[in-house]
Amino acid sequence: MNYVPKIDRRSFVASAAAMGGGLALGLEIPFAGPRTVRAQEATPEVNAWVVIRPDDTVVIRIARSEMGQGSLTGLAQLVAEELECDWSKVTTEYPTPGQNVARKRVWGDFSSTGSRSIRESEDYVRKGGAAAREMLIQAAANEWKVPAGECSASNSVITHKPSGRTTTYGKVAAAAAKVEPPADVKLKDPKDWKIAGKPLKRLDTRDKLTGKQLYAIDVKMPGMLYAAVKACPVHGGKVKSFDAAKITGNKGVKKVVPVGDSAVAVVGDTWWQAKTALEALPIEWNEGENTKVTTASIAEVLKEAVYSYPYQAHACMEPLNATALYTPDKCEVWTSSQNAEAALAATSEASGLPIAKCDVHKLLLGGGFGRRGRTDYVSQAVLIAKQMPGTPVKLLWSREEDMTQDTYHPTTQCKLTGAFDANGNLTGLQMRISGQSILAALAPSRLQNGRDPATFQGLNPGGAEGVFGYDIPNLLIDHAMRNPHVTPGFWRGVNNNQNAIYLECFMDELAHAAGQDPLEFRRKLMTKHPKHLAVLNAVAEKIGWGQPAAQGVYRGLAQQMGYGSYVAAAAEISVTGGNKIKIHRIVGATDCGHAVNPAQIERQVSGSFVYGLSALFNGECTVKDGRIEQQNFDTYDVMRIAQMPKVEPILMPSGGFWGGVGEPTIFVAAPAVLNAYFAATGKRIRSMPLKTHDISFA
Amino acid sequence: MADLNINGRTHQVDVDPDTPLLWVLRDTIGLTGTKYGCGIAQCGACTVHVDGIAMRSCSVPLSLVAGRQITTIEGLAPDGVLHKVQQAWLDHDVPQCGYCQSGMIMAVAALLKDKPKPTDADIDANLTNICRCGTYQQIRAAIHAAAASA
Repeated sequence: MNYVPKIDRRSFVASAAAMGGGLALGLEIPFAGPRTVRAQEATPEVNAWVVIRPDDTVVIRIARSEMGQGSLTGLAQLVAEELECDWSKVTTEYPTPGQNVARKRVWGDFSSTGSRSIRESEDYVRKGGAAAREMLIQAAANEWKVPAGECSASNSVITHKPSGRTTTYGKVAAAAAKVEPPADVKLKDPKDWKIAGKPLKRLDTRDKLTGKQLYAIDVKMPGMLYAAVKACPVHGGKVKSFDAAKITGNKGVKKVVPVGDSAVAVVGDTWWQAKTALEALPIEWNEGENTKVTTASIAEVLKEAVYSYPYQAHACMEPLNATALYTPDKCEVWTSSQNAEAALAATSEASGLPIAKCDVHKLLLGGGFGRRGRTDYVSQAVLIAKQMPGTPVKLLWSREEDMTQDTYHPTTQCKLTGAFDANGNLTGLQMRISGQSILAALAPSRLQNGRDPATFQGLNPGGAEGVFGYDIPNLLIDHAMRNPHVTPGFWRGVNNNQNAIYLECFMDELAHAAGQDPLEFRRKLMTKHPKHLAVLNAVAEKIGWGQPAAQGVYRGLAQQMGYGSYVAAAAEISVTGGNKIKIHRIVGATDCGHAVNPAQIERQVSGSFVYGLSALFNGECTVKDGRIEQQNFDTYDVMRIAQMPKVEPILMPSGGFWGGVGEPTIFVAAPAVLNAYFAATGKRIRSMPLKTHDISFA
Repeated sequence: MADLNINGRTHQVDVDPDTPLLWVLRDTIGLTGTKYGCGIAQCGACTVHVDGIAMRSCSVPLSLVAGRQITTIEGLAPDGVLHKVQQAWLDHDVPQCGYCQSGMIMAVAALLKDKPKPTDADIDANLTNICRCGTYQQIRAAIHAAAASA
């Protein structure tokens, strides 16, 4: 029994006083999260997940990060469903990773990567809500001196059925906090859900409309200084020297400091003063052995190219930043992170202080997309603050630093070969992927016998994560790892993005080679994969596959499984002059098993298509002299509203499993459009992005 | 020393006259609702109104705006009643991460002043702000709703 790991009986007030030293200093602490509830205002918790105030306000603790994907609202729905509370009284707050460590990880994993926030915590957060409900009911029963079994709860009201007596959660919450938690709880069948499964509005919208919402970049503290940083533009290179005297007299400049051995920072009264001084600072680099590397030289290493996929930057709207306050006894960081526990570990390591003397205060993320799972910017902020003990320092990367020091969507290529029998049935397929491994660069401990299993996302023979959806008698998929010095990273969709293009565009090639309809060709190979087939059939039907399209309009299809969900897309496009693409509509189907908030899932489908189609048309970071060339949105273009196609989401949760929704549909957008482009022009595009073929949005 | 009129209040600031308005707003005055996204007028996250015109504050030096009426997202609905664009954004549950939305809302508020009933083509031609979460479909619906609510 491990649903709510051993509940710590201390009230949250006490633990907050122990952990949140910043409060005692009178700092303006953004305890983050929408409609923030400050810990010291809260009553004792019912359990780790639920605090209920005397006025019936329900505070639900959210361990995972919110970066726009909506899991904060979805997780609150799951807790509230079991809690049987009044949804209109629900608010949320983030515990800190330091509190989590101090309480033996009572909130479990904090990370929000790999579309995991809901699917990997749904069980224990629902049990947390259910346990709190039982404790509240027990507290009322104790007060009434009746058996708890005679009482029920609904909408934050507890009723004693035989007598008709009622009370509210707020009235018994303090007593409930002292009730022994139940040994086990039974969860509802999702078909009985009233709050979960419903297309509710997000909990965190209003402050985003008025400028009140605080992001990490907005943290303010008395006496705070600002830092701008520059790391060696050739990844892996080091600082040789810098001439601080050249800028120390500049207005507002407070200090020029090394950051580890690879970067230099200027600390100033304002960020603009720090940034302009940094730009004027002479820095000499030891750039290392990679100064001759170019995009072309990387491609040459990867021999067997047919399809290829470039480096791409995340370009989160909020550039990376962190504010750190270091003293010899304590180090605190305010930042936005997809992995606050990793940020805590980085804070400890960079400060040299034990974990118990560190904490990380998490704020809403201005975009994450995988980039904020890394902690390099947190380490930098701490290394700078450590050189100015007692002074809070906000480190903000310029957009140029953000784009040139990213961890990029890895570059790979793929050679594909297919074989048919005499009747045009596909009997063999070989995919040889060559190129970069994310795990080799960022998490070598997760390699298996030197191999990177994540390279095969969406192509796995089994498992719950991303199963290859075709039954082909002879199938070989392998990976020749080549790791250039440019740092790769997890980028929304990750290796599924290129794998879906490689496989689904090549399936389209094979269908045409066999003279068969691309949908019928796939269907024959998918009979053993009914869930893959169901989403493909759904998009085909909605797009009108098999029926004539409007004059000049062409269609393309793609399907894939990733992050536990089955997804497919169908696009309708027209092409003018051979190189101007207008996407008229794009249908996206998702089977994520259980759907916690259909309205927010539809927004993830639509939003993921924007990210994926931006990458398809324009996403490319090129390498010259060992460094990334693109520095800002003028050379790294992304979609605007004018290019937005009409997105038609189909949500078809079939139940029985929990799949992710933040990423999956991103991977099918590009191959659906590429296949439609072939249908329109007879030209097969095998290297991304389209701008390198002089193809653009109409 | 320059006098800045922001959201109806006058602020005296002592910074270099070529400092971009964005950084004066954020770091000197403390109005952080206006966001930094690119610094080169590409993304629009820093959009504010100067004498009623939408401008990208990252690329407007302080010297150009002294004495002019500046409105930021914090001043769009000064009396606590949401502006019709904010209300439409709320009704349509538009924001995801929300970081770009201050700039989006300011750009759309200016657009609707200029074109009270914009067509899709008007929207496409005038709204060039970047949203990486990809809320464009909800934004378009919300703009039409805000226009209809006038």
